[in-house]
Amino acid sequence: MTTHSPLAIEATGLVKTFGEVRAVDGVDLAVRSGSVYGVLGPNGAGKTTTIRMLATLLRPDAGSARVLGHDIVSEAEAVRGLVSLTGQLASVDEDLTGWENLVLLGRLLGLKRPAAKARATELLDAFGIAEAAGRLVKKYSGGMRRRLDVAASIVVTPQLMFLDEPTTGLDPRSRNQVWDIIRALVAEGTTILLCTQYLDEADQLADRIAVIDRGTVIAEGTAGQLKASVGSGALHVRLLDPDQRPEAEGVLGRELDGVHLESDPAALSAPCADADRAAEAIAELSRAGVSIANFSLGQPSLDEVFLALTGRPAEESASEPADATREEQPA
Amino acid sequence: MSTSPTTSGRSEPLANETALRNALASTPRPPRPSAVSAALTFGWRGMLKVKHVPEQLLDVTITPVMFVVMFTYIFGGAIAGSTAEYLDYILPGILVMSVLFTTIYSGVALNTDLTKGVVDRFRSLPIWRSAPLVGSLLGDTVRYLVGGTVIIVLGLALGYRPDAGIIGVLAALALVIVFAFGLSWVFMTIGLLLRSPSAVLNAGFMGIFPLTFLSNVFVKPETLPSGLEAFVNVNPISVLADASRGLMAGNAATEDLAIVLGTAALLTAVFAPLTTRLYRSR
Repeated sequence: MTTHSPLAIEATGLVKTFGEVRAVDGVDLAVRSGSVYGVLGPNGAGKTTTIRMLATLLRPDAGSARVLGHDIVSEAEAVRGLVSLTGQLASVDEDLTGWENLVLLGRLLGLKRPAAKARATELLDAFGIAEAAGRLVKKYSGGMRRRLDVAASIVVTPQLMFLDEPTTGLDPRSRNQVWDIIRALVAEGTTILLCTQYLDEADQLADRIAVIDRGTVIAEGTAGQLKASVGSGALHVRLLDPDQRPEAEGVLGRELDGVHLESDPAALSAPCADADRAAEAIAELSRAGVSIANFSLGQPSLDEVFLALTGRPAEESASEPADATREEQPA
Repeated sequence: MSTSPTTSGRSEPLANETALRNALASTPRPPRPSAVSAALTFGWRGMLKVKHVPEQLLDVTITPVMFVVMFTYIFGGAIAGSTAEYLDYILPGILVMSVLFTTIYSGVALNTDLTKGVVDRFRSLPIWRSAPLVGSLLGDTVRYLVGGTVIIVLGLALGYRPDAGIIGVLAALALVIVFAFGLSWVFMTIGLLLRSPSAVLNAGFMGIFPLTFLSNVFVKPETLPSGLEAFVNVNPISVLADASRGLMAGNAATEDLAIVLGTAALLTAVFAPLTTRLYRSR
């Protein structure tokens, strides 16, 4: 058994070039077993290419990696036997029903026919898509498709799961459902490598986060460390009555520093990382008779993280299309 | 579906939490499936697709049916003297054409898969590398059989009476399908090289259409200019059509059969490994 190795993924200096473009330019990763590791970066940063190398779909041009103790090049077959991949594109067959997809994968993973059928039904029930079991996947909503996709990845429990932007394009409710599933998987001890563009997603789910930009890791640590290095978030307040904004500005100015009036005439914000201080400021506002429509204590966005780490906003570089390898022909 | 509310109190519970927990509980990993089992599973996938979209079989059956009817009744008299005589000549040829046209769809289907994410999933599974490809060919056999059977039934309805009877007809159908397997690998390679399913379809027809017409499927080669006749005589499709006619008439030349089987084996030997390689690396 290789499960007891402290590191589920150990990558050093991974490089992948497509033509002139170095999509991944020396990525190092160390992912502990049983943890969720977030890889955070904008489109084109090299996240998908990294995941595809680790899942043995692409051969690295340089560097090496061991996944669950097996080399991703020389022992690719062993790696494939232990991991599962949920790609950025839905990795299920749209022309089959949800149930057929899961039976198909069960059979391909070595389950006997009755076991594969039972497992498919069990997963559809558990993921709340039982009523769509007999419907073609192309008629599924985005959220259902994503859940089926995750279900397809755990037909046989993997030791390590690659999740590539599992919630991109989902509405908030579907996103929460996918998050719940991921949390439940983690509770069962599955190691997860999660690629995402959203800081809050990484923050919600990941134990450690690597920020990746232009094919290299530019920061690594826990969500807390990362945010500390980036600076605080902000308290955003939206008033019921825009006319009260000057008053609110005065109150917030006393409680917090650097009040900022937003372009929305009813909205203002102030930098604030501390929930207690934010609560106090809100209390002061209501004591002063200012009616609040809503407020939030926002985390720094990916943009702000990038601004802080690189001195420039996160940009969508054209270097890595959403799925680089499909665009690039191997020589 | 009604489930008890989950603890997190969302407006719409995802599912029963116990069910989720049970479903996620680690299951022992079964041994990896054998190559045959994996390929058969992919064959099942191909058949499910036909089941869900049976209309796709129309594409591959209507054209040959039109050819049989049009050629027999419009050109039959002029080419062979009588429609009945021409039907005897053309029917085995159209059987060949019908099944070979269908092989293009093997490449189209593979290319369609590639444009979706599902291939990544298959490639990340610990299965025999060629299983998805061999399996889809097995599934395609259903199409070949349907395409071939439609032509044979149509021929019988129009008055075609093969001398070798049902055995001869089945032998011819089997031979054509074996050749189709070989040719399918070529189109699967093309399916992996081109960018869109419609490009594969166009390229396929651009290849197979002239090859079919520059064969003895429709006319006897002796009636052609000598340069063309030489080409038609070495065209494997001519040999296949001759062999099918021979099997149906009960007088197949062993040499033709050997050439057909040899060509199929050669195509498979060259293009099957090539396709597998491309499938892995793309």
